[in-house]
Amino acid sequence: MIGGLFIYNHKGEVLISRVYRDDIGRNAVDAFRVNVIHARQQVRSPVTNIARTSFFHVKRSNIWLAAVTKQNVNAAMVFEFLYKMCDVMAAYFGKISEENIKNNFVLIYELLDEILDFGYPQNSETGALKTFITQQGIKSQHQTKEEQSQITSQVTGQIGWRREGIKYRRNELFLDVLESVNLLMSPQGQVLSAHVSGRVVMKSYLSGMPECKFGMNDKIVIEKQGKGTADETSKSGKQSIAIDDCTFHQCVRLSKFDSERSISFIPPDGEFELMRYRTTKDIILPFRVIPLVREVGRTKLEVKVVIKSNFKPSLLAQKIEVRIPTPLNTSGVQESQISAEIELLPTNDKKKWARPPISMNFEVPFAPSGLKVRYLKVFEPKLNYSDHDVIKWVRYIGRSGIYETRC
Amino acid sequence: MTDSKYFTTTKKGEIFELKAELNSDKKEKKKEAVKKVIASMTVGKDVSALFPDVVNCMQTDNLELKKLVYLYLMNYAKSQPDMAIMAVNTFVKDCEDPNPLIRALAVRTMGCIRVDKITEYLCEPLRKCLKDEDPYVRKTAAVCVAKLHDINAQLVEDQGFLDTLKDLISDSNPMVVANAVAALSEIAESHPSSNLLDLNPQSINKLLTALNECTEWGQIFILDCLANYTPKDDREAQSICERVTPRLSHANSAVVLSAVKVLMKFMEMLSKDLDYYGTLLKKLAPPLVTLLSAEPELQYVALRNINLIVQKRPEILKHEMKVFFVKYNDPIYVKLEKLDIMIRLASQANIAQVLAELKEYATEVDVDFVRKAVRAIGRCAIKVEQSAERCVSTLLDLIQTKVNYVVQEAIVVIKDIFRKYPNKYESVIATLCENLDSLDEPEARAAMIWIVGEYAERIDNADELLESFLEGFHDESTQVQLQLLTAIVKLFLKKPTETQELVQQVLSLATQDSDNPDLRDRGYIYWRLLSTDPVAAKEVVLAEKPLISEETDLIEPTLLDELICYIGTLASVYHKPPSAFVEGGRGVVHKSLPPRTASSESTESPETAPAGAPSGEQPDVIPTQGDLLGDLLNLDLGPPVGGPPLATSSVQMGAVDLLGGGLDSLIGGPNFVAPPAAAVPPNLGTSMGSGLSDLFDLTSGVGTLSGSYVAPKAVWLPAMKAKGLEISGTFTRQVGSISMDLQLTNKALQVMTDFAIQFNRNSFGLAPAAPLQVHAPLSPNQTVEISLPLNTVGSVMKMEPLNNLQVAVKNNIDVFYFSTLYPLHILFVEDGKMDRQMFLATWKDIPNENEAQFQIRDCPLNAEAVSSRLQSSNIFTVAKRNVEGQDMLYQSLKLTNGIWVLAELRIQPGNPSFTLSLKCRAPEVSQHVYQAYETILKN
Repeated sequence: MIGGLFIYNHKGEVLISRVYRDDIGRNAVDAFRVNVIHARQQVRSPVTNIARTSFFHVKRSNIWLAAVTKQNVNAAMVFEFLYKMCDVMAAYFGKISEENIKNNFVLIYELLDEILDFGYPQNSETGALKTFITQQGIKSQHQTKEEQSQITSQVTGQIGWRREGIKYRRNELFLDVLESVNLLMSPQGQVLSAHVSGRVVMKSYLSGMPECKFGMNDKIVIEKQGKGTADETSKSGKQSIAIDDCTFHQCVRLSKFDSERSISFIPPDGEFELMRYRTTKDIILPFRVIPLVREVGRTKLEVKVVIKSNFKPSLLAQKIEVRIPTPLNTSGVQESQISAEIELLPTNDKKKWARPPISMNFEVPFAPSGLKVRYLKVFEPKLNYSDHDVIKWVRYIGRSGIYETRC
Repeated sequence: MTDSKYFTTTKKGEIFELKAELNSDKKEKKKEAVKKVIASMTVGKDVSALFPDVVNCMQTDNLELKKLVYLYLMNYAKSQPDMAIMAVNTFVKDCEDPNPLIRALAVRTMGCIRVDKITEYLCEPLRKCLKDEDPYVRKTAAVCVAKLHDINAQLVEDQGFLDTLKDLISDSNPMVVANAVAALSEIAESHPSSNLLDLNPQSINKLLTALNECTEWGQIFILDCLANYTPKDDREAQSICERVTPRLSHANSAVVLSAVKVLMKFMEMLSKDLDYYGTLLKKLAPPLVTLLSAEPELQYVALRNINLIVQKRPEILKHEMKVFFVKYNDPIYVKLEKLDIMIRLASQANIAQVLAELKEYATEVDVDFVRKAVRAIGRCAIKVEQSAERCVSTLLDLIQTKVNYVVQEAIVVIKDIFRKYPNKYESVIATLCENLDSLDEPEARAAMIWIVGEYAERIDNADELLESFLEGFHDESTQVQLQLLTAIVKLFLKKPTETQELVQQVLSLATQDSDNPDLRDRGYIYWRLLSTDPVAAKEVVLAEKPLISEETDLIEPTLLDELICYIGTLASVYHKPPSAFVEGGRGVVHKSLPPRTASSESTESPETAPAGAPSGEQPDVIPTQGDLLGDLLNLDLGPPVGGPPLATSSVQMGAVDLLGGGLDSLIGGPNFVAPPAAAVPPNLGTSMGSGLSDLFDLTSGVGTLSGSYVAPKAVWLPAMKAKGLEISGTFTRQVGSISMDLQLTNKALQVMTDFAIQFNRNSFGLAPAAPLQVHAPLSPNQTVEISLPLNTVGSVMKMEPLNNLQVAVKNNIDVFYFSTLYPLHILFVEDGKMDRQMFLATWKDIPNENEAQFQIRDCPLNAEAVSSRLQSSNIFTVAKRNVEGQDMLYQSLKLTNGIWVLAELRIQPGNPSFTLSLKCRAPEVSQHVYQAYETILKN
């Protein structure tokens, strides 16, 4: 298991150091600094073995988080934990920066004591943590016995992500379908690979312990339902989408999804990521980039890029950006036919020149995968509101992921 | 002012000032001071001198302050053990606090203080906390047992904490269960034989239930623990797999990888014909692909694991090539791993796409990546024959770029392409020679020299080229020197007239002016060869060499199997077993995949059981003399002629390889003397699978330590029938492994050597698990005792009688055949105890016509003794009843092929005759089971 956790600034000075296991000594702190942070070359691996001690690290802006161990730990778990640690810290004090870490070091130690015990990750849901790890240490004295046991049962319970007794005057929920389209296209316009990775983010402001059921135009579900009414199948069949794979927030009952493919859950309060998914079939590629690059002699490069949109004229794309790579030492860029919204951004890459692909950024108000939310039903049997009383909002945003055309 | 100020105090006399502040009356000031102490501790300053002052602050209502003091204590208690005792009272008191958060905090912290005296005080509070009404306290206490065990293992055992911890596996709270599992797994790792985690179908069921309810981390602990379990048969394996697959949709990648580990492991037990097997394979691909959209560090872990999975089961991801295409902004460690997997997945179907990608990568910036991409093109050529031509032309294009390291890498791989497809692409040699001057890396120079030597007859100026290298002979690396020597000798043999001077020059450089033993020895070998018999030299040096194999750098199969058991962990990232990087005994238990134990065929449909093979078809009991002889001789050693014996040795070391090939053909002469049988490479006699299952048998048997009855040795093959070789033997079963104990006596007048043994196909697939090891020649009148381990994974054919075993033994004189009957009880397995309910159900289920009744006469034992004696031979008493003065024993046993036999033994006190009723779905075995009863009870 994790033997120790260190946080360093960009110079390699330790900001936080917490040791969980006896086999990790103080010298481990220095070993990482010397061998990784101060190493001359680029990082060649996120896992480093120095003198039979393994270091896992992640970097957030210029802060290094390193987990240390001498055992054969679950490596995936260690990284997931480090990311989670970053999330938790961000939820408590915002950006992870040297300043913020120093200002909150007492809090960080308190968190580290709670979410990692003898190197074993414990409940690390911010919702639960915030009920008893507060920046006012005094609070604990005023808690009643019920409050205390409510905290402990939430931290250890089956529904560790939600506390009981939440009340809203207006029950409301927001669903954001956020997709990023990834494309790699050859200079000849052939799609080398394309996929959409999407997320359904939910903001819930619901009272009590609401039981929710989420439905979308998943091909498998539609086909299963469509068996009875052939008419509907043919109509909705076109609109359904094939999902390659999806993963869910821990509130979703996975065994139910596995057996019935229904998505049911009791949501955490506030914002969370309900699911992630990936599709590769029938993707609507919002833009097509057609590059024409000519090297005229040894000192001149001629780049012509044509961009075509591929969606209804009534929809508007925003934040469009086309990055045309040019060598660092480019001078005298001549723009001949550039329309108003597009800016030309010379690549400012530290890397040596190797003609990187032309990339695009954009945002469109639809889901390029074709995903549609069909329903989100809310049941709260104990409280006095029904599915109809809940105000629901759905929004679709398609963004560019890595949207590249080689040239 | 903010807290960051604490990090900046560097003035002198600081400790003194802090001391004063810590003893201040004002609470706020105290807390500030403790914060400063912790900040100093963090940056590595020694603040241990403040120990008593900080501990004084411990008694406080302020939880935040208390936690800070605890943090300090955990850091310095070990250096100040005597003073740490001062803290004990507070801990003990806190463990009684009405607030569960404080109780847990106290027990959590106490476990982290590694001071013996404190540990003693910890036991009572810990015992209470393990049974605390609040789950938060219990889950903390569970981990505390592991902490305590790390400090003082004996204490934990003496205090009975292990049993309490085991009870927590049945706790109602899922997080308590998860932490208990984590703690037990860790403790069990340091006691590999303790059977601490006593996993059985009931406890597995509990774990699977908790799996659905606990936190993401808890799910990981449980899945990692499940992966250590070995289901009893394929049906149990399948039902666990079914309950684990939903985890593949979890957002946490570690949960997904741990689930993949369980599935990959248990899949070993499933038959490939099963529909479910195919379904499972299909279910594994999407989540593995999804892992590639995680953060880069996790992608790296995932890719290292996918690399293993692709080697173990290539079918899972064979259609997913595209997802491994490298993205421009991937970190270099992700790029390199993706490239590796692309090569492994390359096939005729996708080679065009792969090559286009690789060509693109070869123009990238990162030198390592570009080199690997170029090398990958070469590997594709070797792997997919149809693409070789295209690969070669791609490589030539790359050479035209004149980028130095690209050219060198391309030449190294072209050399390998020549070794795979000789005499096919030598048209490119001219282009290669143009780049001779730019080669500055030893590997590339050696590769180029090898090509020149190999194709010397087609390169007009080969002598000039090689001569140019010779000028700086002593400055070259050994690799280049060796290659140069060989190449010039080849050249000489091909064009002797013009190159005599050159060869003399290189031979003298190698033998007289060098002190490198490899170089000198090789030089002398060539020299003598050339001077003794130039014709022979030509045959040796220019002999046709075996082609290099398709896949290089595959992980060795046993290591691969072991690594599959470690999916998700560091071992899978390093591609090394834990023992290679973990100190001490911790976590280095060797793991292996479970063998396939099918239950369905034998218990469900007796007609397909091996014993049920149509008895009319009783063909060539012993195959014709010639066949078997041939088979036996195949056991013999020596590299298979024409095969690629050394092809797996590193591709780069062309020189060594060449020599190896030459030596082989040298030895292959008529005077070839077979080395003694003891030198038979162990993997010739046993398949990899059987080796693994042996290991498994051993581990599963540990703890039960049963030793079945062993009959005295009987003469199986009299000396007069076997030209003086007398064989007697018997069968034993001990700790789950079967062996044939043999006694070989040489009653002839000549020495016997080269022993080998083979079994004919038989009813239960008995086969030798290792070659017959007779370590020295057997001289006249000498006797050796050998224990030959057996397994039951050999081919199956019904014999008459059922337990007949036909054996062939070979020695330097002849091949001999004999047959013997083995007692059935050597096939009774250790886990043959049936659950009571199951027994009842099965008894009813088996039709009455399958019941057979026997009388066991003259047995003076009572029911107790009978039961215990049978148990040591793996016949288990499931229940005992007394009906009208008679003792009824209900017993079960299981054969190695999964057949269950149920028995009812009626014993009347005072009457030496017992009645035995046997029920089995394969009634043919009943007679032999009865005989086994007789043998066991009467001896």
